[in-house]
Amino acid sequence: MAVLTYREALNLALREEMRRDPRVFVIGEEVGLYEGAYKVTQGLLKEFGAQRVVDTPIAESGFTGVGIGAAMVGLRPVVEMMTFNFALVAVDQIVNTAAKIHYMSGGQYRVPLVIRGPGGPAAQLGAQHSQSMESYFYHVPGLKVVRPTTPMDAKGLLKAAIRDDNPVIFIESETLYNVKGEVPEDPEFLIPLGRAIVRREGTDVTLVAYMGMMYRAMEVAEELAPEGISIELVDPRTLRPMDAETIIGSVRKTHRAVVVEAGAGFAGMGSEIASFITERAFDDLDAPVERVTGANAPMPYARNLERLKTPSKEKIAAAVRRVCGTNGG
Amino acid sequence: MAKPVPRESLVPGVDAGLARRLLGEMLLIRRFEEKAAEAYTLGKIGGFLHLYIGEEAVAVGATSVLRPDDFAISAYREHGHCLAKGADPRRMMAELYGRRDGLSKGKGGSMHLFDRSVNFLGGHAIVGSHLPVAAGVGFAIKYQGGDQVVVCYFGDGAVPQGEFHESMNLVALWKLPVVYLCENNRYAMGTSTERALAQTEIWKFGQTYGIPSERVDGMDVLAVREAVGRAVARARAASTPALIEADTYRFRGHSMRDPAGAVYRTREEVEREKQRDPIVLFRARVLAAGLLAEDDVRAIEKDVSDRIDEAVAFADASPEPPAEWLFTDIYTDISTEA
Ligand SMILES: Cc1ncc(C[n+]2csc(CCOP(=O)(O)OP(=O)(O)O)c2C)c(N)n1
Ligand SMILES: [Mg+2]
Repeated sequence: MAVLTYREALNLALREEMRRDPRVFVIGEEVGLYEGAYKVTQGLLKEFGAQRVVDTPIAESGFTGVGIGAAMVGLRPVVEMMTFNFALVAVDQIVNTAAKIHYMSGGQYRVPLVIRGPGGPAAQLGAQHSQSMESYFYHVPGLKVVRPTTPMDAKGLLKAAIRDDNPVIFIESETLYNVKGEVPEDPEFLIPLGRAIVRREGTDVTLVAYMGMMYRAMEVAEELAPEGISIELVDPRTLRPMDAETIIGSVRKTHRAVVVEAGAGFAGMGSEIASFITERAFDDLDAPVERVTGANAPMPYARNLERLKTPSKEKIAAAVRRVCGTNGG
Repeated sequence: MAKPVPRESLVPGVDAGLARRLLGEMLLIRRFEEKAAEAYTLGKIGGFLHLYIGEEAVAVGATSVLRPDDFAISAYREHGHCLAKGADPRRMMAELYGRRDGLSKGKGGSMHLFDRSVNFLGGHAIVGSHLPVAAGVGFAIKYQGGDQVVVCYFGDGAVPQGEFHESMNLVALWKLPVVYLCENNRYAMGTSTERALAQTEIWKFGQTYGIPSERVDGMDVLAVREAVGRAVARARAASTPALIEADTYRFRGHSMRDPAGAVYRTREEVEREKQRDPIVLFRARVLAAGLLAEDDVRAIEKDVSDRIDEAVAFADASPEPPAEWLFTDIYTDISTEA
């Protein structure tokens, strides 16, 4: 194991896959000469040349379509969105074309395409540059959606996404790029898409979270342990297809669940997870499933308001206490 | 007595075999579309059905200069392009019927024909969306060091869309072997080019991007063949993109839901354009040139109508897709609800 930052882990995954498979190439704004707006593609131009590290003009719809066409006839493109906010410019290509080609062609054509870049709450970037974008994509049959929380997951999941024959939306986080963690050096280390991970075992309540919210949930788990609340942390890692089995399995053990998500709560991931827990494990529940979600508001700029937009540790802890019946009630 | 026209000048460079092929393919498309319209009226085909009648010379002229390993991609008025590329009319008709033996197992429909066996990449119904995809196919050809080309058909309605301009810029910037072939039939549904475009001479947009561009009579199968032939030769040899504007006309309405197409254009205009019928014109030319005799033409017509009857019978006999297929082909590796 090496200790790498999340950014380095992604960079390594790209390098390894590009070395392994000449069909893999990277395309997007500033990925080459500038070495990536967030430096995820640093050094790739030097190692692989301009044919495989393709700088594009600002034309998200255009270069996403280029990725789709190239994927249909045998290449394995990795399209970088400078940030996922800009993917909305390409949402027609992603939803109407990438996700539909395999189905509309009755299985004749495949679109082995990864679209990756940062998304989610960032630091004081305001309403257009600081949003949780996964909900725009996980609704769509035909897309796989990945949100890697740790450097190890970043590497293993990105490599699996590149080897996957389906379009994969891979959303990283600006706030996690400098997080360090252990990463296997084995170039065959892959984390299969569609598998959740139990990050911490516990007996009293299942806390489901990913990305920045998982780190917050970890702190809550540590802080509540002395109170005698044992939290089990489950990270779905892939939002579609969702590993409901692992989440349900955990809930059957703990009998309580809290789902945390950074994005606006209305019709969010928390709603989906809460509903399948309720549908499939109702009899196992000792308390209603709670959601702790981002406020149903755009991301404000002001620091104090920004803090109110995403779930705080206090809110998560309060929800855990409520479902455990230990909030004085 | 009229002076006999020198035969060569009527159909330069065309022999009887090519004449038979071009006429046969245009007729095949025409009959396919007429039968599809009939089937639609009988309720056997649902949804939107956009007929290619009147525009056959574009698909047939263009495809006649392609190799089987070249690619074609189109919008939703694509029956003609798909047939010309070599797809089996029986499986196409079955697709229109929504049956299990359709090209896409009945899951695509009229607007989403795909046939990988002949490198036909669809069938795309979001106006403008397949232009960048075509650029990507060109990118892959160049990346892999191949010498194929991709022909991308689209309507005048895609020109005001951003993706047209993004695609022109990208293929010019990266020198990709893509021939953009605009079928300017003068209308996008009910909107004439005059009401949609600040520049109605569509080929001129290519000049802005430094792409070799030209306008061609889209009712003349040989003129289309020549223009596309030039563009394909450049694309194959030097990976040069092209923009060709084919001046054409749809004889029917926008779709079967606009059968007459009469609100936004005059009857006189439609009748006048029908005088340019590409099949009538080409038949007259090859007969006058003595390349084919009346009997040959009748034999071609008979063969075409037999093939289309067979296609209809095949579609009629094909069962509906089984219920499990709702969930197959969403992902390559998951065949249940995910
Ligand atoms: C992005 C988008 N907007 C609107 C439509 C609805 N629509 C379908 S066909 C069409 C007209 C397109 O005309 P044109 O590109 O000239 O093709 P033609 O029908 O003449 O072959 C419109 C507006 C659509 N399918 N996609
Ligand atoms: Mg038109």
